[in-house]
Amino acid sequence: MKPVLLSGDEAVARGAFEAGCAVAAAYPGTPSTEILENLARYENVWCQWGSNEKVALEIALGASIGGARALAAMKHVGLNVAADPLLSMGYAGVNGGLVVVSADDPGCHSSQNEQDNRLYAPLAKVAMVEPSDSEECRTYIRAAFDLSEAFDTPVLFRMTTRVCHSKSLVVPGVPRDPAMKPYVRNTGKFALLPTVARVRHRLVEEKLLALEEYANTSPLNRIEWGASREVGIITSGIAYQHAREVFGDGASYLKLGLTFPLPSKLIRTFARSVSRLYVIEEGEPYLETKVRLLGFDCIGKELVPLCGELDAGILRAAFLPQPSPAGQKEDAPALPVAPPRPPVLCAGCPHRGFYAALGRRKKSVVGVGDIGCYGLGVNPPLEGFDYSICMGSSFSSAIGFSRALAQRGDARKVFAILGDSTFFHSGIPGLVDAVHLGANVCCCILDNRITAMTGHQETPGTARDLMGNEVVPVDVVALVKATGLPEERIRVVDPLDLAATGAAMDEAIAAQGPFVIVSRRPCVLLKDVAKSFEGQWCEVDQELCRQCRQCLKIGCPAIASKEGRIVIDDPVLCTGCGLCMQVCPFGAIRKGGSAR
Amino acid sequence: MSGREERNILLVGVGGQGTILTSKILSQGLVDLGYDVKMSEIHGMAQRGGSVSTQIKYGRKIYAPNIGPGEADLLVAFEKAEALRWFPWLRKGGILVLDPREIYPVPVLTGEATYPENVVESLSAVVENLRVIEAAKVANELGSPRSQNMVLLGALVSLLGLEGAAWKDLVARFVPPKARDVNLLAFERGAALAMR
Ligand code: SF4
Ligand code: SF4
Ligand code: SF4
Repeated sequence: MKPVLLSGDEAVARGAFEAGCAVAAAYPGTPSTEILENLARYENVWCQWGSNEKVALEIALGASIGGARALAAMKHVGLNVAADPLLSMGYAGVNGGLVVVSADDPGCHSSQNEQDNRLYAPLAKVAMVEPSDSEECRTYIRAAFDLSEAFDTPVLFRMTTRVCHSKSLVVPGVPRDPAMKPYVRNTGKFALLPTVARVRHRLVEEKLLALEEYANTSPLNRIEWGASREVGIITSGIAYQHAREVFGDGASYLKLGLTFPLPSKLIRTFARSVSRLYVIEEGEPYLETKVRLLGFDCIGKELVPLCGELDAGILRAAFLPQPSPAGQKEDAPALPVAPPRPPVLCAGCPHRGFYAALGRRKKSVVGVGDIGCYGLGVNPPLEGFDYSICMGSSFSSAIGFSRALAQRGDARKVFAILGDSTFFHSGIPGLVDAVHLGANVCCCILDNRITAMTGHQETPGTARDLMGNEVVPVDVVALVKATGLPEERIRVVDPLDLAATGAAMDEAIAAQGPFVIVSRRPCVLLKDVAKSFEGQWCEVDQELCRQCRQCLKIGCPAIASKEGRIVIDDPVLCTGCGLCMQVCPFGAIRKGGSAR
Repeated sequence: MSGREERNILLVGVGGQGTILTSKILSQGLVDLGYDVKMSEIHGMAQRGGSVSTQIKYGRKIYAPNIGPGEADLLVAFEKAEALRWFPWLRKGGILVLDPREIYPVPVLTGEATYPENVVESLSAVVENLRVIEAAKVANELGSPRSQNMVLLGALVSLLGLEGAAWKDLVARFVPPKARDVNLLAFERGAALAMR
């Protein structure tokens, strides 16, 4: 077939399809989201979102036990949520091949940390494979399924942002027949009671020794001898591409694709054949630790940064010091500084209404945030919450936070904020405990009907699934009621109705103990929603405007102060949501006609 | 590929301006011309309005997908202040294509930051090869503000001397059918502007 340009995520989907993967599940998370979105377009693969990463992996592992080839995909922090099933599946092994994709985010392009999930492989005692470009994504994922079945192990398929989101040429292959493995009841393997687990642990250790033997000769691990053996570089993943770019054909490379268990013999052979040994890897000194354990001195993390994303320039500066090539004309004058341009809530975003109402009650509330678009509400001018840690942590951590505030005599009410997708992901247990323990917390569910931040994926509250089938939308309010919280402590509001949202907040502040506000309005970027806004905008009446700047405090990108006037000068950007109208004390903002 | 083995192009702008679509068309054209191509984009935030960049490298054989500071042969800024932000990525002697349109970021809207003045003048004192292409203005004249990106695509195809590919077919293939004609027009206008 003709080569095509695919991103790493698209190539993983292609490769999984070619490998005969029959079941795939994921929770959306940058940079992994596009894997399932693309895989769902192929025939004969049942692809679904799980309500969180643990559920997604468990859907896949069940399918594997049942005899199907199965895949689960998630971002790096998602693997923390799914670590429980991963570590036990290491003991149980598989029936149909099982591949778990972890998409790490060095540089924190859109994450709360930059953990290196290669470290999970030795902990979980599962094989690990790392691709370095899109074609390797396709071929290695096929190899990963074969490896999984040949060695009876789940395979951790570790990618990073630059592999996931870079496009390079891929030559599509012929799909394999999706042959199912027979299913035979086998409690001695899959029912992990203590008696079984003890036996399985021994078997896993033996399996890892066999895998290491194999790793020494696997085509996924290769030596590329260069023009000289003066410099030898051990590397894996995207770091290989950066190293090749910088050191070219002059150096020799041990390029590792099967990175757990690491091939001791192969590393020894390579290390002995070169005069100077470099280990070039992004993140933790994972390869370097092994090389040192094998007794070889090398240069690694003393020159290659531990923090942040790697690039060729960083390697060049570290290994081949020379003046930076940046800059233009000699003695050039200093340039003006570019203003910061942080991502912001879209014009017309429903979350803005919620934060506008909350902002007017700043003296009596403290906000606790979570992961999603609404997380942008932490920035000025909204400043809607004080901290956010990880998916689903707002409700649960607010229980402890409110306790600490009460202890210090701080009477402010804690408003814990998360979205509908996060609520389904891991917010529900926090809500259950807040109600059950009588915490003095207002749990706010910002229900915009979709997982917006990662690009609009279905949630359990959506009436459609990833494959486009009609499904039962799970009712957020009914779930809240099912905790037993009395109805007078539950409010459902339209966040673009500032008065109604504020009134519900006042009730929550007045009430001692748990309270729930469901702030409900769909994301404006949803196609049908965007359509309903077409031709609508607001405009400022310059006669009435008194320059009080209240309207600028909601941080809408469509309203601005330009040349001394407050203007809404882009009717395409403005959705006419009317929020600025509601905050203007002088009635200076009105709806524009639909005839401009 | 005169002398050097590869070319690095960096497209920068504000989320929603269509930098990603532009890079998709450009990379496909480069593949059709027989180059090895890598394109890297960082996305993930659905919202509009943040600073965005996409990076394209092409040549005989490309390894690293991303472009570091001082490595871009061509920097295309879809917005004026973004040209300033990404200027350090331009290599010595590289070309800066700049659309002087202004999009105020929220910190400027709320008065916490100010939008820089004399951007084009300051950059022209520093950059050897500066090309100002008023793409947004042209797109507005065509009655289609969103086709700013195709004006810029036309300009950079002609600046890079890549006329060999079937660019118009690609534009037609990648843009929504109802916006096809105006985008083709935008592409032509951009190519003509760059030739001057
Ligand atoms: S994508 Fe939707 S939810 Fe996210 S900021 Fe934009 S409008 Fe709001
Ligand atoms: S109506 Fe006001 S708040 Fe709503 S999008 Fe337009 S400018 Fe922004
Ligand atoms: S809130 Fe009303 S009066 Fe005040 S600056 Fe804005 S438009 Fe003018």
